[in-house]
Amino acid sequence: MLRGRNGEALPLLVACMSVRWVHTLFATIATFAQKKPLGLVGGMILLVMVSLAMMGPSIAPSDPCEVHVLYKYASPGSIIEETGQRFWLGADQLGRDTLSRLIYGARVSLYVSLFSVGIGVTLGALIGVVSAYFGGLLDLLVQRIVDTVMAFPAIILALAIVAIAGASLRNVILALIILLMPAAARVVRSQALAVKEMDYVLAGRAAGAGSWRIIFHHMVPNCAAPYIVFATANLGYAVVVEAALSFLGVGTPPDVPSWGGMLSITGQKYVEVSPWLVVFPSIAVSIAVFGFNLLGDALRDVLDPKLKGEQSLFFKMEKPGHAREEWEDRHDETTREC
Amino acid sequence: MRYLAKRILLYIPVILLATVLVFLLMRVIPGDPALLILAGASGEGSFKKEDLANLRRELGTDKPIYIQYGTWIWGLLHGDLGTSLFYRTQIKKELGPRLPPTLELAFLGVISSFILAVPLGTLSAVKRDTTIDYVARLFTFTGISIPIFVTGLVVVYLLVRLFNWFPPLGYAFLWEDPLTNLQQMIFPILALAFFELNFTARVTRSAMLEVLREDYITTARSKGLGERTVILVHALKNAFLPIVTVSGWSLARLLGGTIIIEKIFLVPGMGTLLLDAITARDYTLIQAIVLVYAVAVLTANLCVDLLYAWLDPRIRYA
Repeated sequence: MLRGRNGEALPLLVACMSVRWVHTLFATIATFAQKKPLGLVGGMILLVMVSLAMMGPSIAPSDPCEVHVLYKYASPGSIIEETGQRFWLGADQLGRDTLSRLIYGARVSLYVSLFSVGIGVTLGALIGVVSAYFGGLLDLLVQRIVDTVMAFPAIILALAIVAIAGASLRNVILALIILLMPAAARVVRSQALAVKEMDYVLAGRAAGAGSWRIIFHHMVPNCAAPYIVFATANLGYAVVVEAALSFLGVGTPPDVPSWGGMLSITGQKYVEVSPWLVVFPSIAVSIAVFGFNLLGDALRDVLDPKLKGEQSLFFKMEKPGHAREEWEDRHDETTREC
Repeated sequence: MRYLAKRILLYIPVILLATVLVFLLMRVIPGDPALLILAGASGEGSFKKEDLANLRRELGTDKPIYIQYGTWIWGLLHGDLGTSLFYRTQIKKELGPRLPPTLELAFLGVISSFILAVPLGTLSAVKRDTTIDYVARLFTFTGISIPIFVTGLVVVYLLVRLFNWFPPLGYAFLWEDPLTNLQQMIFPILALAFFELNFTARVTRSAMLEVLREDYITTARSKGLGERTVILVHALKNAFLPIVTVSGWSLARLLGGTIIIEKIFLVPGMGTLLLDAITARDYTLIQAIVLVYAVAVLTANLCVDLLYAWLDPRIRYA
């Protein structure tokens, strides 16, 4: 682990920015892969998904929105006579190619999860650090708001937000940001509370650094580990929420191919006629989430020594950090009140 | 007693904050409900200016925001959830019959997931690092990655294909016709339980592993107790604290999950009412339903805290 001037640990992100950052990055990935082969599998799944999404237009066999009236519910492998094109994974109720829709659906899932996690978790983490640093009334207020937002079942809150703001990709991302922010704030806050007591923060203050300098130069980099762990673990969660919203018919608009949407339009009514319409999108969502979970779990083991060993792989997906923090909180409370 | 009083007193401000949050959510997010209702989702509907003003007056959105909140909260305190925009009836009457199915799903879901998860987690911990443990962990880890709508769809598919079973139409309340009710609800409940048992089993496993390392377990073994007694009486009882703690979030998660399961299995619960309200752009109804969900979760958390105190005397007599 690299050390900064005041002896604080320089985490992955900062290490990557050093002069030999490329070398460091590759070395880090190699060590990670060696230590956590399952995490590597998760990373590979993510990589495949990213490449599918990026190359979507060039590898998709046909336009995902192109309607083939004569080939409604075509079974997997059937061929369009005029063009010789094949429906590798079948066609839906409008004769649209399932494989192409799956590939384009990966774009939507990734887009939503990367944006919402990127913005939501970052904002939440900053709120957590600031709240921990200043403490007092601000901290109390932030904590109560966090508690309250978390009292709502996630999917219900997201549903209400999208219902009011209107069904669009942007609003799905907005809803996810509102869901992720409080959980991220709580997880990062507890790390920030520990960091705040460190000698290097005291040293910074003694050297005359202002509050914001201490927050951004000393505390934020040292809260990166829980931030990275929480963000990765919630990428899969964001994929599920987006798919669930689209499944319920309020997420992505029907003309945008998305995994949840594919299950909602076709799945329910056509279970008997064409099971592949349910099977393939289901597998796609599950594998994506599985990959994110594997990666998130491995990263947690590596970056969060507190949870090494059998305690890892244990609270998952739905606000994993939140669950763990709250568990610890309650345990603290027990000891305090005894 | 101080602990109990503190917990119950804390419950009130959090509920109040929840009402503020629901209220602000409906107001702060860009979009004028009156305009949205008149213009439709695509914004193409045509209407007169007077209509807009009239609807705003009817919704009360022409008044200052604190007066709107005051009126709403005053109604809530008198047990009045407001009037539905779409059904033009008291929301209380719409919501009343929808509450039992959802609560039944969530509660029986939590209970069934516990019944399945606790033995699984315990077995996995006792047989640590054996094939049984690996299989159980693989099962729960995979289970966690399967979204609830996938589970639901797979269950429906299997039922329809293998047993020619269809979600029955018409709903019977548990207290009116328990047999029909259970016939309708058993599969939705099992689908929910499958979703939740993975979390619970993992918590059980790690809590058991922690407890099995304690000195009193060694003591129990050394005084000659059978392994069964040691695990069931001494270990499991102490491992129950964290398990009960997570059951509160289990219920929150399952309440969220019920909406998807209700849609798949056509259960006439709160979730389907919420989806209808969203389609009808019935803002007062959406507001009321979201609040009811939050109150349900907060109440469940309160109950868990009380249960926690009952299980652990150290908290009670603090």
